[in-house]
Amino acid sequence: MARIPKGYKDFKAVELEEKLLQEQRDSLTQEDFEVAEFDEENTERIGYSNYSYLKSTIQQFRKHKVAVFLIYLMLAMILFTFIQPLLPNQYDPNTANKYEQVIVDKWGNERVNLTTASKEPPYLQFVVKSWFVELGSDEGVVAHYKYISDKYTKEHKIKVDEKTADLALYKEYTEMYFEEHGKFWLGTDKIGRDLWARIWSGARTSLFIGFAVAIIEAIIGITVGVIWGYVRKLDFILTELYNILDNIPNTLLLILISFILKPSVRTLIFAMCLTGWIQMARFIRNQIYIIRDRDYNTASRCLGTPTRKILIKNCLPYLISVIMLRMALTIPGAIGSEVFITYIGLGLPTEIPSLGNLIIEGRKLISVPNERFLLVYPTIILSIITISFYVIGNAFSDASDPKNHR
Amino acid sequence: MLKYLGKRLLRSLLTLVVIVVIVFVLLRLMPIEGYFNNFDKLTEAQIENKLREMGLRDPLIVQIFDFFVDLFHGDLGVSNKIQVNVPITEILGPRLPVSAALGSCSIIFSLILGIPLGVFMAKYKGKFFDKFGTLFIVFIQAVPAAVYYIFIQHFGTLWTDASMIYNEDVSWYWWLLPIFSMSLGNIAYYGMWVRRYMVDEFNKDYVKLERAKGASENRIMFGHVFKNAFVPLAQYLPTSFLNTIIGSIYVEHLYSIKGMGGLLVDSIQRSDNTLVQAIVLLYATVGIIGLILGDLLMVVLDPRISLGRKAGDR
Repeated sequence: MARIPKGYKDFKAVELEEKLLQEQRDSLTQEDFEVAEFDEENTERIGYSNYSYLKSTIQQFRKHKVAVFLIYLMLAMILFTFIQPLLPNQYDPNTANKYEQVIVDKWGNERVNLTTASKEPPYLQFVVKSWFVELGSDEGVVAHYKYISDKYTKEHKIKVDEKTADLALYKEYTEMYFEEHGKFWLGTDKIGRDLWARIWSGARTSLFIGFAVAIIEAIIGITVGVIWGYVRKLDFILTELYNILDNIPNTLLLILISFILKPSVRTLIFAMCLTGWIQMARFIRNQIYIIRDRDYNTASRCLGTPTRKILIKNCLPYLISVIMLRMALTIPGAIGSEVFITYIGLGLPTEIPSLGNLIIEGRKLISVPNERFLLVYPTIILSIITISFYVIGNAFSDASDPKNHR
Repeated sequence: MLKYLGKRLLRSLLTLVVIVVIVFVLLRLMPIEGYFNNFDKLTEAQIENKLREMGLRDPLIVQIFDFFVDLFHGDLGVSNKIQVNVPITEILGPRLPVSAALGSCSIIFSLILGIPLGVFMAKYKGKFFDKFGTLFIVFIQAVPAAVYYIFIQHFGTLWTDASMIYNEDVSWYWWLLPIFSMSLGNIAYYGMWVRRYMVDEFNKDYVKLERAKGASENRIMFGHVFKNAFVPLAQYLPTSFLNTIIGSIYVEHLYSIKGMGGLLVDSIQRSDNTLVQAIVLLYATVGIIGLILGDLLMVVLDPRISLGRKAGDR
């Protein structure tokens, strides 16, 4: 833009301005000079700041691009754990997909073997095949392979010692099998269970545990915390109780409860909630304690507002962001605890896949490069989930701090 | 001071008693198979006899009283599955020093690595090192320990060509791997808090004054800021103890180290009731001692904290 030199006057603008003023002056009528009526509503109208804590928090949170992305990622993931079983060509997470191996000896007797021999991933053992060994023929030991299904029947004859031919055939059959039944996206475990289905089923279990623990802890923690902070008479007793309970290492109680009760999702949730709410309650108590005697609460009390209403309308909205933070951080914690409990042998049975028991099962295969994927894939999903919630929680905590609001 | 100390110890003792009672009562709910090593072969009368002999048919109050009396004499009962009829004190005796040594090494290790991590993250706040450190901390704190322990064990032993599990002739540096694994959680923990406190301290007025006086950055950093930031850190020492316990449960089992943690996993998997009871009690004690030490350390380090009031108490 060119600089306007000093003393320069835009005559057109001046003219326009004068014209406008003239018009304004002309439009004034006698009514404009009369005294306005007294309006009671207008006297109540005062200046106020349109600062809203929640709105500012959300606004601040939106600036954290990574956290926003992770929130969408988590929503998508949670949604997908529910959608996944409904998709076409999905396997059941608990069915062991075995193939039938029919061995025919030289007298023509058939023996059916269920085999789960593992080759490289995705495991190729799901071919319905039959073979028999011809001993003593001119060509040496010959194997007859047969692929039987509703659609095709195929037969091949190869020498048994030709391993490559064996594998090639194996692959061919596998392709045919996939064509009919759908692929194992991530291969299968040792007994032929589809890893893809197991991972999503496991993620559903783990997320369910995480959310359930977070919600139950929040409900108990908030209730106890609010009463603890608000009712003066109970403060002493509850504080002493806290001092004792807080000293009990959570892990040990977790181990004990899981040890005593039968392993199930409910047991795990119960064991984790048993100690977790204490921290939440303590936190809520401290906050309530601080705002309990603020002027607006005293005013409410003087005006005869019921205690319940004071707590719900005056105190809790102030705490909502911190509660959300704690809940967001509880989720990765609970998922981690599930892994821990599974590690020490008290976790869920394998019929209920969870990320914990997938990882612990996969752990034994870490030294087998071909099968390491059984550990790696669940680990990746688990890490994405826990890290996401952790980052979201922390971003929320930063955003909820009024010091960061403009 | 003595009054406070007495009160604190009394409370801890009370907590310990409460824990013992809770553990004791909970374990009575266990299936009784855990008290026998040959449960299937016994007749009902034999089982009843044995239970009565062990005092398990007495009223609960009497059982608890007996347990405390025995505990006072250093008698924790005998193991039923792991080593049949061997007194638990004898089983734990050689294992306790191993776990204690491992735990203290890990705490020292994590202080040595964690504090510089935090200090340098605070010093280069917003720069590459800070971001890298934050990434590390987020990873360690968010991802369950079992996961990275498994990978560390596998690749660590692969690269150093060391043995996967403990045996008689491992060299001293083999121990670095389990100790490092155990420390990771605490390193991240210390790193995070050192950074946070140092950044807080940097915004205080005395730092401005120091700068105005022309003190060098390093002098401000280590002579003033770090000293002040270190005090609240003592508060986290108890948590470190507890973290070490969890770490040791994983690590000792992974590396087959003959310590308490590995034994706990074994005894749980084979449901040896008495042994689980004893180990849980021991860990609870360690945890509580850690808490007391943390409180005391804070008082020693910061003359402003008086002993009558607990910090953070309102």
